[in-house]
Amino acid sequence: MSIITAILILLVLAAIFGVILGFAAIYFKVDEDPVVDQIDNLLPQTQCGQCSYPGCRPYAEAIANGDEINKCPPGGESTIHALAELLGRDFVALDEEHGEEKGKRVALIREAECIGCTKCIQACPVDAILGAAKQMHTVIADECTGCDLCIEPCPVDCIDMVPVQTTANDWRWDSPDSSIDSANNQLIATDRIDPAAETGA
Amino acid sequence: MNKHLHTFHGGIHPPENKVQSTQTPIEPALLPDKLILPLQQHIGQQAQPLISVGERVLKGQMIAAAVGYVSAAVHAPTSGTVTAIEPRTLPHPSGLSEQCIIIEPDGQEQWTDLTPLTNYQQVAKETLLQHISNAGITGLGGAGFPTSVKLNPSQDLNIDTLILNAAECEPYITADDMLMRERAEEVIQGLHIIAHILQPSQCLIGIENNKPEAVDALQQAIESSHLKDQIRVLSIPTKYPSGGEKQLIQILTNREVPNGGIPADIGIVCHNVGTAVAVSRAISKGEPLISRITTITGEAVKRQGNIEVLLGTPIEALLTHFEVQQDQLHRVIMGGPMMGFTLDSVQLPVVKASNCILATTRKELPDPAPEQACIRCGMCAEACPATLLPQQLYWFSKSREFDKALSHNLLDCIECGACSYVCPSNIPLVQYYRFAKGEIRIEEHERTASDHARQRFEARQARLDQEEADKEAKRKARADVAAAAKKEKAAAQDNGEKKPVDAKAAVVQAALERAKARKAQKAAEAKGSTDTPAADTTEKEKQSAPAMSAVERAKARKAANAAKQPNDSETASEGEKKTGGLSALEKAKAKRAQSSTAPNAEDQATPASEKPQAKGLSALERAKAKRAANGDEQTAEVSTDAGSGTQAKPVKALSTLEKAKAKRAQAAAQDSGETDAPAEGKPLSAIERAKAKRAETVQTPAEKTTPASNTDESAETANKKPMSALERAKAKRAEAATQSESADTETSEPVTEPLEEKPAAPMSALDRAKAKRAEKAASQAADDSTADTEKRD
Repeated sequence: MSIITAILILLVLAAIFGVILGFAAIYFKVDEDPVVDQIDNLLPQTQCGQCSYPGCRPYAEAIANGDEINKCPPGGESTIHALAELLGRDFVALDEEHGEEKGKRVALIREAECIGCTKCIQACPVDAILGAAKQMHTVIADECTGCDLCIEPCPVDCIDMVPVQTTANDWRWDSPDSSIDSANNQLIATDRIDPAAETGA
Repeated sequence: MNKHLHTFHGGIHPPENKVQSTQTPIEPALLPDKLILPLQQHIGQQAQPLISVGERVLKGQMIAAAVGYVSAAVHAPTSGTVTAIEPRTLPHPSGLSEQCIIIEPDGQEQWTDLTPLTNYQQVAKETLLQHISNAGITGLGGAGFPTSVKLNPSQDLNIDTLILNAAECEPYITADDMLMRERAEEVIQGLHIIAHILQPSQCLIGIENNKPEAVDALQQAIESSHLKDQIRVLSIPTKYPSGGEKQLIQILTNREVPNGGIPADIGIVCHNVGTAVAVSRAISKGEPLISRITTITGEAVKRQGNIEVLLGTPIEALLTHFEVQQDQLHRVIMGGPMMGFTLDSVQLPVVKASNCILATTRKELPDPAPEQACIRCGMCAEACPATLLPQQLYWFSKSREFDKALSHNLLDCIECGACSYVCPSNIPLVQYYRFAKGEIRIEEHERTASDHARQRFEARQARLDQEEADKEAKRKARADVAAAAKKEKAAAQDNGEKKPVDAKAAVVQAALERAKARKAQKAAEAKGSTDTPAADTTEKEKQSAPAMSAVERAKARKAANAAKQPNDSETASEGEKKTGGLSALEKAKAKRAQSSTAPNAEDQATPASEKPQAKGLSALERAKAKRAANGDEQTAEVSTDAGSGTQAKPVKALSTLEKAKAKRAQAAAQDSGETDAPAEGKPLSAIERAKAKRAETVQTPAEKTTPASNTDESAETANKKPMSALERAKAKRAEAATQSESADTETSEPVTEPLEEKPAAPMSALDRAKAKRAEKAASQAADDSTADTEKRD
């Protein structure tokens, strides 16, 4: 008899908690940031298509579906590190097939040579080129992501990619070259850092 | 003095070294050979120059205006001539170059008209702020933040305390000390003006107790002040870095500036005493900020002291004035030994924020000892005035874990250098923090930029989608209308009534005919205006207009020629209509090329291609050759012959064009059933003959379609519609040529020269466009392995 009572009590408890959990699942549902958005936030948004996907978001979707994280040359190493951390994958070097990491560059139209064909305007993924048919075009440097997409369509090759110059305003200090980075230079044996562990970190 | 003082955490007591430079009074300004005035001497946007090179400027004249809100104007420190506006190395740790105005003083010290605001109490606050902004005043304590911005805190902040920072805690520097000793009245007057603008309930002057003379001078000046009850001079214990804004606020008021905030957030505004003097001069005398007091000290200079320096004075001139011992000189530091930076060159100018030039010997300030491992002693944490954990920040900065460094409040670090000073392992901790801060700032910037780019990309995508949808909707609407019409028509047919449809077709037909007639008329008119080739030539020579109009004239003349053949005028003008600007140019070129095939063409062509602008021409010719090659693939054998025939030609580009022409001509000739293709002989004459041949072919209505279809094919290969039109136009012209017999070659000869000599930009651009297109076509027709292709490449 006591066994039946115990089972009944447990059943009732199970039912109550089941209901509570069921309601909690509905009412306290967390709209979690989908992983695609998180990946997209880490990508540089140049929309250059060097990853072979038509834009950053499609590549983010591909990564979410298991594609490699090393196909983004504009993002470079730091993006790969960030993606590796987000997705819990190992760091892989940038895939050379998709291009190499260059510094930040912007397009510059040699305006005297522009014939006003509007082809670059159509190619620009972020509407950073201003102009009209048979009028000179120009690049809004602040909006340019340096994606190179306007280079190819230009019929007169009058677009250059110029590296962004550092000014006193956006200059930053270099990392001090610390002589103790090489493990041999350590003065105290117990402080010696394993070089392999150092690079892995 | 009766106020209870507080203290801040940590701090250090480095040797002061202040006595050396306080023995002599402030020396008057010296006039160097030249003044270098960077447009960026402050935090914020670079100023915009108002003068041009060669202009004479007067002392105090504004030579660069502030751009935007956070910016400061630059004024001429003396009268003289602007000799250059060019990038010069800045006195900045980066060693970067930025635009500077170089002034050569004329020694007359002629002032510009000054507008003092003597009755500042009656002037609106906005006018005062504008006046201070126009005077180019920035914080003179070291950071160089525009003062007018600091004096205009947000309206919802209630400023109850104004602090004048006279602590001057960094070793060696005595500029503020000497300023207060000698110009206490001006300091207090500046304080009055600032207090008038901000309306605080109390004014505090924080001064370290190692400056008793300055304290006395200030007390005396306050005695005669109308704000005597509000102003208090507070002597604080000497401890580095008590002159840090946040630290001084904590000492005087025991309030802490919140993380990421500014003093105004807690009702406090803090200004340097030097800034107060600058404000006083700007308001009471109308003088802009053109000089400052700078300490020149260090063991490498014989005389140590303070001097009023015109902004832009090269440091070299100052060091010479203070008798620098070059053999002793080891480092020149701008700023103090704790927070200053070593200068690479003594050619750099003094700027608004340069409070000290420290010329040290090797013994006085040795090079930093090699960095050793952190022993986790914790002395840095004890010394940190911002109560941070320098050791943790060091690890995070070093391993680039910037998010962790951020969570340990890296951005609250004031880079005072106390931690580095006490570190027994000589770790340059501040450098690590500066590096990490820079990286964080860049990362932050990149994140905003990428968010912005994403936004723009998505907006564009949405716009394109919308356009597509609109187009689709329109198409659908049209389809619906068409379907309805069809239905109606079907219904009408059922009724046996076909008449409405016929009427419609008739209307369209009539419209087409009208258009044709109009075109023919136009062509005839063109003929009338450019009737004689001679008149045409002179007109061309007169022309200094862009090449485009020349092209148009060429077109007109061609049309005129065509008009001689009334039967064909319609076709020609139709072709013209289709080709548009590009092909019009091509036609003109073709004409020129044709004329260069005259007997003396070889002589003419060689110098032409040597000219720089001939580069574009040859590209065009290559393009044409390629197109021709594509079009004539079916006549590969003939083209091979033509290629071998012209291989001996010296002018490569031209010969390619001619080859192409010959080929096309041959193709045409072959199609017309004639085997007259003596290309292996002299290519030039071959072209002539081939042209004549083609012209003949065209004249025969029965054969007319054959070359046309041939050229159409070539046009298809090149993916360009206007080409076929061009071909047709050419045929037409050739026809005209045969009609006017040999006269053609003679008359077109002089036309060639003016056309070729015009290196007009639009033309070359077009040429390049064509060349590029042709190259694309070439890559498409990669299998085309005729001798022709090889030679072209």
